[in-house]
Order: sequence, then structure tokens, then C-alpha cells
Amino acid sequence: MNNLINVNPPITLLLISSVVVLLGMATAVGQLLKRQADSRFNPAVIDQFNLRVRAWWLMCSVLAVAFMLGQNATVFLFGCLSFWALREFITLTPTRLADHRPLAWVFLFTPIQYVLVGMAKYELYSIAIPVYAFLFIPILMAIAGDYKRYLERCAKIQTGLMICVYCLSYAPALLTLQVKAPAEPASLLLFFILVVTVGDALHYAAEQFVGRHIIAPAISANRTWEGFLISTGCATMFGAALWWATPFEVWQAAGMSFVISTMGFFGGLTMSAIKRDRGVQDYGTLVTGHGGVLDRIDSICFAAPVFFHLTRAMLE
Amino acid sequence: MRAFLAALARFISGASVRWIDCQPDTCQRVYFANHTSHLDVLVLWASLPSNVRNLTRPVAAKDYWEKGWVRRYLAMQVFDALLIDRKEIKVHQSPVDLMLKAIGDTQSLIVFPEGHRNTNPEMDEFKSGLYYLAKKRPDLELVPVHIDNVNRVLPRGEFLPVPLLSCITFGPPIWLEMKEPKVEFLRRAREAVRRLKDL
Repeated sequence: MNNLINVNPPITLLLISSVVVLLGMATAVGQLLKRQADSRFNPAVIDQFNLRVRAWWLMCSVLAVAFMLGQNATVFLFGCLSFWALREFITLTPTRLADHRPLAWVFLFTPIQYVLVGMAKYELYSIAIPVYAFLFIPILMAIAGDYKRYLERCAKIQTGLMICVYCLSYAPALLTLQVKAPAEPASLLLFFILVVTVGDALHYAAEQFVGRHIIAPAISANRTWEGFLISTGCATMFGAALWWATPFEVWQAAGMSFVISTMGFFGGLTMSAIKRDRGVQDYGTLVTGHGGVLDRIDSICFAAPVFFHLTRAMLE
Repeated sequence: MRAFLAALARFISGASVRWIDCQPDTCQRVYFANHTSHLDVLVLWASLPSNVRNLTRPVAAKDYWEKGWVRRYLAMQVFDALLIDRKEIKVHQSPVDLMLKAIGDTQSLIVFPEGHRNTNPEMDEFKSGLYYLAKKRPDLELVPVHIDNVNRVLPRGEFLPVPLLSCITFGPPIWLEMKEPKVEFLRRAREAVRRLKDL
């Protein structure tokens, strides 16, 4: 089972080094803007940018180490992320006393799902949560015997499980795909995460500068159609430029990047809707005040299953 | 073992610890908190820095913590708890006297003035022990602590914890004012804990 990802062939290494160069540039720009006292930008925005760059450095180093340790380590890393995101999600979801035992089972599905992903059992992990957890958890909740807002509580718990565990697990599942020679599974996963992250950053930047037609004012005051088009267009070009690290042609890589960044954008919007419903700013509010894990990975959660299935279909 | 258990408790309860207008200190204190779960003792104790933790003893009910070897081991070896007999309270050896005798002039206490685990969202009225502690030892700092969400990690009557996230908030210390009546002081103490929830 311990099939190490080989980092020696240059594609993944090359990709990681370009990321390091990009991040180095971002750090330089951020520090430069900070030094300039009378810049045109809002200092709060610059501080936030620098914080984000630091978070990216952290993400990049953790991922690189996980890649070096092999497929199982990477799957384990995503499993931990899922666990933490699920914690945040359920913590902010009102549950009743009777849900306690079903919830213990909900958390058990996280290791089950990731073990199945690690074993590359596609026919099992693709249905474990949407079918078996879907049936099993309502049964447990019925046994617990509390019928107040039963359907609502079921739906909330299952949504949490689907988004935080099932959807996210498709990202490490990319490692189990058989890709053609120059590309590697690790480079495919890295390509995916890069496009999502750059898409996120571009959406964020576009929110600051352009846009008049707000998509859903009650949910997010700064997500506009113009911002969406511009940032998704840029992310598509960025992804196309990375075609050499993927098993795709240039135009295929562009199409994939378009899908990834679109799903990422609307994933963020969907999670904002859930946050507004719960009346919180960030999922991490309860933790320390800055954004939680779920705020960082929402776009990955929404984009991963779609990218996985498209890639799988294309490789066959 | 103590350090390991504290780390485990912090992991299971996902506790984020906030100190608001108060800093961890080894001076003699009485931490008083709301009580909703058996984990409260463990989580509050674990959220103190280790040097403070080693000087801090929880006050707990004898009838509960002497049942079974796990609880007895935890109470005796890990928490170094002060077990108070809830059923037989002797006139000449009141629990407050016992507590004060036990802590000497170095240790601190963790107390739950509601006196039992509460299942309502609102806190119960405080028992008067806190008042007598403050009256007999006016030099003790009384630190209010609010424990949020631990009742969902391990509700009353369950044995399997669910690893949700919780939050422990330490607030600014209070003292007994000159000639402050008992009822007034207990109301103020309860309010000091309650207000930490919204900060």
C-alpha cells in the first residue's frame, strides 16, 4: 500500500519550484507595498494580502512535505482537514441532545471514507457517504427518538458530511488516477490546488476593484458577475499555461481550469449562504476570530468532485 | 500522564482558550465556572498553562468521583481533586473550611458554584460556598470562567464524546466588596460568568 510518489522526475518538482518563485514574488510585492507609506491602496487590504501570502507559504510547505512522504501521507493530511472542517461545521449547526450518538457515527465516517480513498476503491468511496451514510444516519436519529425538526436536522448533518468529508476526499483521490507518462498523479493534484487557490485570490482581488452587478446582495455584498467573469477568465489562462504539468492538451487544461474556478467561486458563495443563515462571519469565529479551516477549503470542496470525474472520464 | 491527558482533553474538546482582562498567574485564585458536562473539570483544568495547572485543584463531588477505578484514579492521581461529600455535611467541618485548609497558601481551586450539572441554557443560581470562601479568605482572586459548548461534546448521561469545538473564557477577577450582602454578591458573580459568553 505504501507506494511512494516519485518526486524525482521533474514535473512535480518543477511545478513546486514555480510555486515557490510565484510566492516569493508575492511576498516581495506585499512587503514593498507595506513599506510605501503613501500608497494608493488601503493598508488593511495590504495587511490581509500579506497574511494570505503567509498562509499560502504554509499550505505550500505542508503539501510539499506530504507529497514527499507519499500518497498515504497526502490522503492522511486531507483526512485531518476534513475532520477539522466537519468539526467547525457541526459546531455551528444547532443540534439537539438526541443527535449526540448519531453525531459520534458521523465523525466515524471520516476515517472510513479516507481509508477507502487511500485503497483506491472508487466503487466504494464514491457511494459510502451519499448512499450508506445517507440511509444509516437518519435511522440512528429515528432510534434516538426525537422528531422535532427531524428532516431539518438530518439535512444539516448530511450536508456537513457531504461537503466537508465526501467532496474534499476527491482531492486526494486524484492521486489514485492513472495518468500518462510526463504528468504524475501528484502534479495533477498540485495543478488542481493551484488553479483553485489562484482562482480564489483573483476572485478576491476582482471583488476589490471591479463590478457593479452583485449576484446575491443578501448573501455576499462583494461577489459580482463582472468580478466572476474577469477572475475566472484569468484563472482559466493561468491553468492553460500549466498544461505541461497535466495529462491534458492546452485547450483541455483551459476548459478544466474554467470548470474548477467556476465551481470554486460558487462554492464560496454557497458556503457564505450557510454562514449568513447561521449569522456568523467565518467558520473559525468560535475558534480564534480569524477564518477557520472551512473558509479556506470551501472552493476546493466544491471543485474537487467535478474535476475528478471529468479527469477520470477523459483519461479512460 | 498529566500532560498527556491535558493534551488529549484539549484535542477532544477543541478548546480555544481566551483570557479577557486577566492573565494566567500562579497566585492563589478560585476559578468559578458554569457546569454543564463531566468534561468541564477536565477541559478547564487542561486549558490552564502547565505551571498554573500543577497548583490548581478542582473541587468535585465525592459520590461521583469515587465510583469505579478510572474516576478514582483521575480524581486522585491526575487532578489531585478535593472531593466533597454532598450528602453528609458536618457542622464543624464545612466544605469551605476543608477547601481552605487543603489549599494552604499556595494552591488554587476550581469550583462550580451551581453545585450540579445544569441542562438548561440559562445558568442556575449560585450556591453560597463561593461567598463564604471570599469572606474567609478575602485575598483570593475570584476568576469567572465561562465554558461554552462542552455540553455538546459530552452531554449529561452520555459516555462517548463527540469532537466538536468549544471555548473557554477567563474573565477579570472579582472580590467581595465591603459589607456586600450574600445574595447580591452571588448575583454579581453569576453575572460575571454569564457576560463572558457574549464577549
